[in-house]
Amino acid sequence: MNMCRPVDVAKWWQQENPAAQRRAPSSSSPSSSSSSVRLMEAVRCVASEQRRMLSSAQPLSTLPRLRRSSFPQQRGRSRHFLITATSTSGLQVALYVFTEAGELSSFSKMSVFGPVVKIHPVVLASICDSYERRNEGASRVIGTLLGTIDKHSIEVTNCFSVPHNESEDEVAVDMEFAKNMYELHKRVSPTEVIIGWYATGFDITEHSVLIHEYYSREASNPIHLTVDSALQSGKMNIRAYVSAQMGVPGKTVGVMFTPLSVKYVYYDTERIGVDLLQRTRVTPSRTKGLTSDLSQVAGSAARVQDMLTTVLAYIEDVLSGKVTADNSVGRFLMDLVNKVPTISAEDFENMLNSNINDLLMVTYLSNLTQAQIALNEKLVLL
Amino acid sequence: MQPLYLTLRLSSIVIIKHYQEEGQGSEVVQGVLLGLVVDDRLEITNCFPFPQHTEDDADFDEVQYQMEMMRSLRHVNIDHLHVGWYQSTYYGSFVSRALLDSQFSYQHAIEESVVLIYDPIKTAQGSLSLKAYRLTPKLMEICKEKDFTPEGLKKANIGFEHMFEEVPIVIKNSHLISVLMWELEDKSTVADKHELLNLSSSNHLEKSLQLLMDRVDDMSQDIVKYNTYSRNLSKQQQQKHQYLQRRQQENAQRQSRGEPPLPEEDITKMFKPPQPPPRMDTLLIAGQINNYCQNVKEFTSQNLGKLFMAEALQGHN
Repeated sequence: MNMCRPVDVAKWWQQENPAAQRRAPSSSSPSSSSSSVRLMEAVRCVASEQRRMLSSAQPLSTLPRLRRSSFPQQRGRSRHFLITATSTSGLQVALYVFTEAGELSSFSKMSVFGPVVKIHPVVLASICDSYERRNEGASRVIGTLLGTIDKHSIEVTNCFSVPHNESEDEVAVDMEFAKNMYELHKRVSPTEVIIGWYATGFDITEHSVLIHEYYSREASNPIHLTVDSALQSGKMNIRAYVSAQMGVPGKTVGVMFTPLSVKYVYYDTERIGVDLLQRTRVTPSRTKGLTSDLSQVAGSAARVQDMLTTVLAYIEDVLSGKVTADNSVGRFLMDLVNKVPTISAEDFENMLNSNINDLLMVTYLSNLTQAQIALNEKLVLL
Repeated sequence: MQPLYLTLRLSSIVIIKHYQEEGQGSEVVQGVLLGLVVDDRLEITNCFPFPQHTEDDADFDEVQYQMEMMRSLRHVNIDHLHVGWYQSTYYGSFVSRALLDSQFSYQHAIEESVVLIYDPIKTAQGSLSLKAYRLTPKLMEICKEKDFTPEGLKKANIGFEHMFEEVPIVIKNSHLISVLMWELEDKSTVADKHELLNLSSSNHLEKSLQLLMDRVDDMSQDIVKYNTYSRNLSKQQQQKHQYLQRRQQENAQRQSRGEPPLPEEDITKMFKPPQPPPRMDTLLIAGQINNYCQNVKEFTSQNLGKLFMAEALQGHN
């Protein structure tokens, strides 16, 4: 497919505004003027692309995706652009700039349409796990997302992978399997519904659109989640999209994937479980035993101590003038200090002692009970 | 036994989630653990939950559900070998007949199977509480023979401490999951949970102690039963003894008078020995009480630590 050549557009733009050319991107963070250059570039490119698509007679169902490699290399650092366009209110452009290091910074995101997608860590862990277990030769894995839909948000709580075959020009998804699995899952948690599907991999390909169509038969307005488990950009990008119709009604209609904002939510107990898992990433063998008893309290206390030292360091800096004082931080610190309740020493002693007495008594009783049943055991065996 | 490595990256999250969804009642949620055995380790790599039992669900449904689930998972290359099962518990009260039976049938079929006990209430207090148990070989023997009389237990020399053996758990993650962890740490805006440093203890203690008291009541009833049985037994022994003696005396008298001795009657038919009460329940109750006591002690030790910390904090004020 012929893409518009941004080189032509850039040349035209530079001719029109020679002043803008001088402000070349020399610093690491893009200045606003150069961003506007890119912005105009992008807008014109997509607009011309759309015009071309609308004028062509054949029905198109692929989305307007501009490959990274088709953009020219900028001088100095090489920057890559990926542009996705939303179609609802005019042409709003989300611009993502990737630097060489692979950092993602969306600095001129004008607006993101649609509800917020809340993801539980189960889902992501499942996806990574299925990616690791994929068949030989398969480059990506797809599966169904289950969850609940709210007015303002979509909560993804579970998922399962679906076997599929993908080749150059066709894609086959085992829908029977998907339906079966969904039935099984529904028996356990009847409140979950199919809300979309996921795929590993970085880009959205033409096949994705077809698969998306399969899923729109199962759920109304399915969402599509991509997880870059191959770490193509140096980071695991987790993005969610909703499909939207685009084009002139009656004539050629296309499909565009609009990004949604993604948040991570946890249940309380999930949070604690994930905390424990976080600690595995520090050890080189990636293992961790489960501790119990006082050592856990000690660990927790150590963490609080770390936080306190950080806060203290900050305060020292402010006092010695190295860092300017921030009022909101100061207010939080005030809250913190006031949280320790001021009780008269006597009252506190009493409370403490009574609590300690309770706990000691309970310990004594449980020891007694244990001794009792041990004795009973021995007597019976006599 | 050998240490048990649990690749817990998926399983723990799934278990936690399932409990949260299925309700906060005192129902137990159960499910199946899947994985494989590697050298001397048992690796658990996935799990799926069972639906709750409703009135019109037959057992057949469950087996079918399990089979279908495993078949489907095999299609996507997930380990489909059964290696155990898991159950949630309420304040640590899981030592029951049902658990014993299930675990026995599992362990009979698969040598290394374990039952994973997850305590959501303890986890909500700040520390993930997952324990893996297996039946000791001695207990397996006894269950096989179904010999629960006191003599049988005495032969095997089983106490309540030798019923279950705990297997240590290690969590192991793959590299990709580590990347995921870093990513989550980066992006997640949920605050850290400091539940572990919570000072309130009375609620939890009350409930634990209540359960403990109930169990001790059960235990005392059991003991009374056993005492009556042993008393009956000894009384019967005495009666038998007396009867035999009288018999002998009579026989001696008859012999002295020259009459034929009375036939020996079958003693056992006359004095039927009382039924010895099954000791399995006692063992279970004792085990359960032991468990409660352990939990309570752990809890109190943690709380004592926290109280002393609070004292130190107050002292500086």
